[in-house]
Amino acid sequence: MKFALLRCCTTPIYLEQYESSTDAVLEKLGVGFVEIKAFNCCGYPLKNSNFKAYVLSSARNLALAEKRDLHMMTFCNCCYISEKNVSRLMKEDPSIRKAVNNTLEKEGLRYEGRTEVRHLLDILYQDIGIEKIKEKMVKTFSGLKLAVHYGCHILRPSQLVQFDQPGTASVFDQLVEVTGAENISWPAQRECCASPIWGINDQLSLDLTDNKVKDAKDSGADYLCVACPFCQLQFDRVRNLSRSGGNGTHQLPSILYTQLLGLGLGLDAGILGINKNELDLSGILDLLS
Amino acid sequence: MFFTVSFYIALAIFILGLIYKIATWFRYRVGAEARDTSFMGRVFAALKGIISTLFSVKIVVLLKVFFLDVLFQIRTLRESPLRWVMHLCLFWGFMLLFLWHGLSAIFTAKLFPDYSATVNPFFFLRNLFGLLVIIGLAIAAYRRFVPKLPRLKTSPMDHYVMIIIAVIMVSGYLLEGTKMVSHGRYEVMVEDYADVDDDEALEALESYWVKEFRIVSPTLKGPFDDEVLEQGLEIHEESCAACHSKPQSAFLSYAASRAIKPIAGIVDRAHIHVGLLYIHFMACFIGLAYLPFSKMFHMFASPVSLLANAVMDPEKSDPANIATRQVMELDACTHCGSCSLRCSAGMAFEEIRNVNILPSEKIAAVKALAKGKALSERELRDIQEGLYLCTNCHRCTVACPVGINLQDLWFNVRETVLEKGYPELLTLSPLSFYRGLRRDKIVEDRYREPLLVARKALAEACRAIEADETITDAHIDNLFIKSLALSNQGNTFSYCFTCTTCTSACPVVRNFENPREALGLVPHQIIHAAIVGVGDLIFRANMLWDCLGCYQCQEQCPQGVRVTDVLYELKNIAMKQVNGRPKKTQVGMKS
Repeated sequence: MKFALLRCCTTPIYLEQYESSTDAVLEKLGVGFVEIKAFNCCGYPLKNSNFKAYVLSSARNLALAEKRDLHMMTFCNCCYISEKNVSRLMKEDPSIRKAVNNTLEKEGLRYEGRTEVRHLLDILYQDIGIEKIKEKMVKTFSGLKLAVHYGCHILRPSQLVQFDQPGTASVFDQLVEVTGAENISWPAQRECCASPIWGINDQLSLDLTDNKVKDAKDSGADYLCVACPFCQLQFDRVRNLSRSGGNGTHQLPSILYTQLLGLGLGLDAGILGINKNELDLSGILDLLS
Repeated sequence: MFFTVSFYIALAIFILGLIYKIATWFRYRVGAEARDTSFMGRVFAALKGIISTLFSVKIVVLLKVFFLDVLFQIRTLRESPLRWVMHLCLFWGFMLLFLWHGLSAIFTAKLFPDYSATVNPFFFLRNLFGLLVIIGLAIAAYRRFVPKLPRLKTSPMDHYVMIIIAVIMVSGYLLEGTKMVSHGRYEVMVEDYADVDDDEALEALESYWVKEFRIVSPTLKGPFDDEVLEQGLEIHEESCAACHSKPQSAFLSYAASRAIKPIAGIVDRAHIHVGLLYIHFMACFIGLAYLPFSKMFHMFASPVSLLANAVMDPEKSDPANIATRQVMELDACTHCGSCSLRCSAGMAFEEIRNVNILPSEKIAAVKALAKGKALSERELRDIQEGLYLCTNCHRCTVACPVGINLQDLWFNVRETVLEKGYPELLTLSPLSFYRGLRRDKIVEDRYREPLLVARKALAEACRAIEADETITDAHIDNLFIKSLALSNQGNTFSYCFTCTTCTSACPVVRNFENPREALGLVPHQIIHAAIVGVGDLIFRANMLWDCLGCYQCQEQCPQGVRVTDVLYELKNIAMKQVNGRPKKTQVGMKS
């Protein structure tokens, strides 16, 4: 089992801990992966302005992975939906396939649809399985109340992603429960984190984020748990940034799923970058035994 | 005389050029940090910074960077082993040739008292160093011209530099090869150095030189008697051997001499070697004079940039020094293209043919801005688009072999370009997320302004219908309906029967007490307006630009309208429409 790991543009500077914790967890669980240096952005940020530029960007990554006969793994919901959407388009629409492959051929690439796009959570759930993960756990959390945030693009549009049923999704919940954390139920669970409009309409973005976080808090959660860099940056860096502006009053730090799982697998908190999150996470370590 | 004069002219241009270029490091302004700095202030800040660094523990860092990054060029090795071989060959080959051969009178001759250009090891080493340069040059040419590397741009300056180096090398070895076989040169040398008069002895020496040193004599062809050769050897050892090693050891020139051999007589009589000497010297002088103004200036700027970056800290360093460093970094660029090859947004260039998207080309635009060059609105907006179309992935900075902090450069320049007040519609896309993440680095008013300017430009471009006007046939844009219907993302819009489920599902709508007022149109109204064909009404609506793309609406639609995707497509159409309408009145502040 080996994948081409597509990292997200947001991670090298702002979320190094997502990279390091993912690497460590994958290694511990025996999931092989390679990094393809030539990978580029999935094109998600271009979808608003130029559909073709977006498709070309995603398609090139798919072609690079296919050239090495590898399936693609993403740890970002937005990369996931972008690549998945373009993979489908390339398979279903001959005119797009032809036009895109013509461009890719200039650098000796083409995509025929063999490479599949998988989300990290999907691989952990389907390919490794809850039981196997359970066997590898060396520590468990007790008294940790988590609000699990799926993020939009792993669930919707369901016709495309087919990850889980949006209304009754439970994959992420189960993956969290395996660590011993208590998975609280909260009405706003499937709502957007509002990162897509951070930088465009900050006030609206913050209002939406705050409503969501407040709901989690009111439902009894002490931490959020996410598996997408955009969501994490929104819940962590953006809320921290805007605190000075009088917003983001609900103190509720967010932990990346790979950090949470890594702690349960007995990995070093330093490698998992627990101290690199902007909102203090250290309290979570006290609940680990 | 001619050479002396031209050398000093070249040297003068070189030195003045060097002074001029270094002065620009303190004069030019890049980005916001440079705004309140003065020339002298920056010079003093730099001196202070250099002195305090040299007398601190940071000297250890500098030494490490000097050996690993400057001399060993480890950053290039990490990026591409082939390019590392190329650059190391060029760097070391040329440096050694320059010191060993170019400066032989003041360097090699002083170091080795019995130095002579035609004796080993000097004779051989000059060719070895030259071979390194030629290997490097060959790899460079191969990389630029043979495989189609995606989005690697080769500029005229890249050509000039390769041509100058190639001319220096080829003329040098042809010159030496020509002299090796030249009978004329042989005779001059015999006259000056050989202590023989009688014809028999002269013939013996020439025979020996024809046999062993491969000169081409018009009269003596061989084979020769052993006796004659022995006599020749004797004279040779007395008069010539101290300064002459066998030509084979200068293997490149020797190979050239073998190629010249069939026409050696003509070449000799035509004094081709004199012409070659002129070409060789003039190429060197032109190279010297051109150096401060060409990308070869990087041989000064890159080491300084690498060293400065190693000891500077964006949070703690003097802003004046950061301003200076950012200008200097522009000169450190070698236009190698590493950044563009690794650029995350590079594929966008295949669709949006704006070279400013590619970091290696963006540098040129930033140079023009730093110089304060007068740029047209079109040029500025192209640069602005290129600067904004960046996912801030940091890979250009990691890939840069000379350690330019490109990411910071883009960020700073982007803000100063945005301040000029031209609308940038990409500010309304998630590319703004990265700008938002650095919101704390931008003054509040300046942070909001580009967004307002973009929205204003949209509103001005979409005046076919006013907000509360009654829709008539005249407002209906059939081309708009057609382009939406034919698009991949938007083609399901017409299935809508206005049940308003999308609007009920929308978290943005839910956030407002009076959504219609706050958002202009709500989702089902947008779809309906699309069906009717009044694009301008949609493009102005806040809802379109506040859409999260969360797909709640699409998920719920009973008719299979891909609502979110339709909104994406509408944004695509809006941006094209506004960008495609040139000469829009400028809006917002203008500096």
